[in-house]
Amino acid sequence: MQWETVIGLEVHTQLNTASKIFSGASTAFGAAPNTQACAVDLALPGVLPVLNRGAVERAIRFGLAIDARINRVSVFARKNYFYPDLPKGYQISQYELPIVEAGRLAIQVGGETKVIRISRAHLEEDAGKSLHEDFHGMTGIDLNRAGTPLLEIVSEPDMRSAQEAVAYARALHTLVTWIGICDGNMQEGSFRVDANVSVRPKGSDTLGTRREIKNLNSFRFLEQAIEYEARWQIGEIEDGRSIRQASVLFDPDTGETRMMRTKEEAHDYRYFPDPDLLPVRLDEDWIDAIRAALPELPQHKQARYRADFGLSAYDAATLTASRAMAEYFESALDALIGSQGLHTEDGSVARAAKLVANWVMGDLSAALNREGLDISQSRIGASNLAGMLARVLDGTLSTKLAKEVFAAMWAGEGEADAIIAARGLRQMSDSGELERIVAEVLAANPKSVEEYRAGKDKAFNALVGQVMKATRGKANPQQVNALLKQRLAD
Amino acid sequence: MQHTSLKQLATLLAGGKASSVELCQDYLDRIERLNPQLNAFISVDRARTLAEALAADERRARGETSPLLGVPIAHKDIFCAEGWRTTCGSKMLADFVAPYDAHVIERCKAAGMPCLGKTNMDEFAMGSSNETSYFGPVKNPWDKRAVPGGSSGGSAAAVAARMCPAATGTDTGGSIRQPAAMTGITGLKPTYGVVSRYGMIAFASSLDQGGPMAPSAEDCALLMNVLAGFDARDSTSLEREAEDYTRDLNQPLAGLRIGLPKEYFGAELAADVGRAVEAAFAEYRRLGAKTVELSLPNTRLSVPVYHVLAPAEASSNLSRYDGVRYGYRAPEYADLTDMYERTRAEGFGAEVKRRIMIGTYVLSHGYYDAYYLQAQKLRRLIAQDFAEAFDACDVIMGPTAPTTAFDLGAKRTDPVQMYLSDIYTVAVNLAGLPGMSVPCGFGDDGRPVGLQIIGNYFSEARLLNVAHQYQLATDWHRRVPGGL
Repeated sequence: MQWETVIGLEVHTQLNTASKIFSGASTAFGAAPNTQACAVDLALPGVLPVLNRGAVERAIRFGLAIDARINRVSVFARKNYFYPDLPKGYQISQYELPIVEAGRLAIQVGGETKVIRISRAHLEEDAGKSLHEDFHGMTGIDLNRAGTPLLEIVSEPDMRSAQEAVAYARALHTLVTWIGICDGNMQEGSFRVDANVSVRPKGSDTLGTRREIKNLNSFRFLEQAIEYEARWQIGEIEDGRSIRQASVLFDPDTGETRMMRTKEEAHDYRYFPDPDLLPVRLDEDWIDAIRAALPELPQHKQARYRADFGLSAYDAATLTASRAMAEYFESALDALIGSQGLHTEDGSVARAAKLVANWVMGDLSAALNREGLDISQSRIGASNLAGMLARVLDGTLSTKLAKEVFAAMWAGEGEADAIIAARGLRQMSDSGELERIVAEVLAANPKSVEEYRAGKDKAFNALVGQVMKATRGKANPQQVNALLKQRLAD
Repeated sequence: MQHTSLKQLATLLAGGKASSVELCQDYLDRIERLNPQLNAFISVDRARTLAEALAADERRARGETSPLLGVPIAHKDIFCAEGWRTTCGSKMLADFVAPYDAHVIERCKAAGMPCLGKTNMDEFAMGSSNETSYFGPVKNPWDKRAVPGGSSGGSAAAVAARMCPAATGTDTGGSIRQPAAMTGITGLKPTYGVVSRYGMIAFASSLDQGGPMAPSAEDCALLMNVLAGFDARDSTSLEREAEDYTRDLNQPLAGLRIGLPKEYFGAELAADVGRAVEAAFAEYRRLGAKTVELSLPNTRLSVPVYHVLAPAEASSNLSRYDGVRYGYRAPEYADLTDMYERTRAEGFGAEVKRRIMIGTYVLSHGYYDAYYLQAQKLRRLIAQDFAEAFDACDVIMGPTAPTTAFDLGAKRTDPVQMYLSDIYTVAVNLAGLPGMSVPCGFGDDGRPVGLQIIGNYFSEARLLNVAHQYQLATDWHRRVPGGL
């Protein structure tokens, strides 16, 4: 039988407010345990929550970015359960009336665009952390994280493969960092993914029983976990067993998922509206102001890059993988357009865009990856890259020389023009000089000349190599080719 | 000095005829003498009180003149007060020393009112007789065989016995008004949101409201000027302009329309209590008011609605007492679940556990709609009754409680009978309205009777005026229990 995997994701994004969602304590990561937990976070008797306006603003920003409905009235509810790192014995979350509903996000998979529906995004507080090591059999509780604002983003079960799920998670990660609501740091838990996975016979339109893989904190684990889980479920069903609804954990060491609890063991959370918090009512002016302040979104930039610069879908998607990347690309291109006086009409802007794109996605990305740097930490600024590419466009630098200049710039030797002058890397443009060298090379290599005339193309390449060697690489290869062919034909 | 009003005490202090330290010493001595009989206080800290009194005297010496500067007050042990043990009447918090001040405490400190001690109360304010306190029952100063009412029974008894000139209380279903009635003092539950709940240990968040308890309406008005005010740390605190609650005290009552809901005079009302409140209505008519009969048809639902909603909220509010961070933890346990179970089984008393179980039940999957949601709907109907009634009258009056103070132990084994002693008061909390209890006589047993006065939202100044004019014409509020 052919099987189809059905996946929906619940993503917890930590909102990057300076203080917590219901208290004034700091949200900074990495402080000594319990130093960032105030009376409200500790749930001392008598304390009360006060909603952080910044968290609401970020939720609205997200809702607008995914074309969702922003609920003008949303309600905080209490989710009741006991756990040592949950100080109040309940989590304040949104249940029946979340702030964001019915949005969507486009993803690119295998050259195709697919739209994933987002059913809701709601605000809630994070719990603290239980530390099971270092306490000799006891458990330590760190409440620094308790009360950190989260936006839980819940998709419809619209994904059909681990690759789609990863593409969606990546697109979501790009978006939340792009619009500046989350730092996106997965190691620190700022972006955590739960995957609901079920399988069904291909062609069926009813959903299978799902199991939820909890708390995946890397795209790689997400992919591995879903692939394992889907295989496991198919195996179970093919062996005649049925799937029980459950929560499972992914073990990266074994590459397997294992049962946490079944649905029957799940808590009855006894949700009810939190009487300490009034319903959140949003006014139109505020929403309009947030909409006006939104940056151009990745999907809009992609469309523009393709339409205005003729870039491929792949290039457009790669250049908008992060806002910093897109901004780097655009400022390098703008600098190049300005310095070279390029025009859209004659196609020179599109050519320059392709050149910038190739360098950003190629040598620059490679250099950044090598040193584990983000593009915002690049050793070559956008305007300096543009300065180098201007010399490529005007023919001063061959691709080979450009790479040498790039390496020198990366090493901190200064701007392109200074490096070109200091190293004498200017592409040979004096045709008299080049003609003299060509003549010398032909005279010194009669054997190759003979072979070429006998029809051996390899001999021609050897001659080009000799000329390039004699010019120490500064000759324009096209010019060398043309001159050689002309002389040999004589 | 113990028979002196807040206004008189303020005058004594302002005129230099007494210092705050002297006043506090006097009250502390009386507390020391009477508390073994009455058990009205859980915590007394002479040194701390006198330090606060000295600070108030120094402020006065520097020229400060705030109205109640140096006048001491007792606080219900539900308010967190920095450095004071704050128990909420529970074993769970028997050794909990609050590290911060409730808004109400901050306001009293800012006004220069030294704290005389923390008063006894039903555990987590759950009770109508003060018998659920871990620290033992409070005796009614009028008759030590009787309960003082609850849950603010310690504050009520302390004021009635003049162990303090005034006290704070909280009222979730009648916990200021009912004990005020049963001890012959005056108490006001303000409109929900007028007094901040920050630092007031939560019982049922949508119903809890702090307020003043004192011999007279005038005292309560002066205290309201201290207690009321917006607090950004309580999201249900209402941002309103500050008002002077004494401003209308001396308005005449001519033309006042008093609504008398027939539901407040049913078969459950004791005859002696009925006679006392009828006499009060007659007094009001003499003062120029007229009475109109009306109906609050959904009032009969208020006790069952209350006993769904209040436990629901309480079951969640009390989850934080888990033995993990502070408060009581069972000495022995096998694992985490066992630690929770033993801690909560040992740390909470029977009434608190009963309400946690009821609340957990009504919020459970499959029961939520039938209980919690249904109760919320009825709550709106109950509020709607009042809204319609206030078209026909300015204030509503009736008995605060159906009987005078009952005997200790009389209702302890019958929770439903106990719950019914709040039958006239809980609807006011469900609607969020302000309500008062004013002493209006005595029952056949010589125990006090309270008259309840209910007003529309934010009509506290009017209620205090209505009560004050009555108190100018009567002396019930000046009677003090003998034999102490």
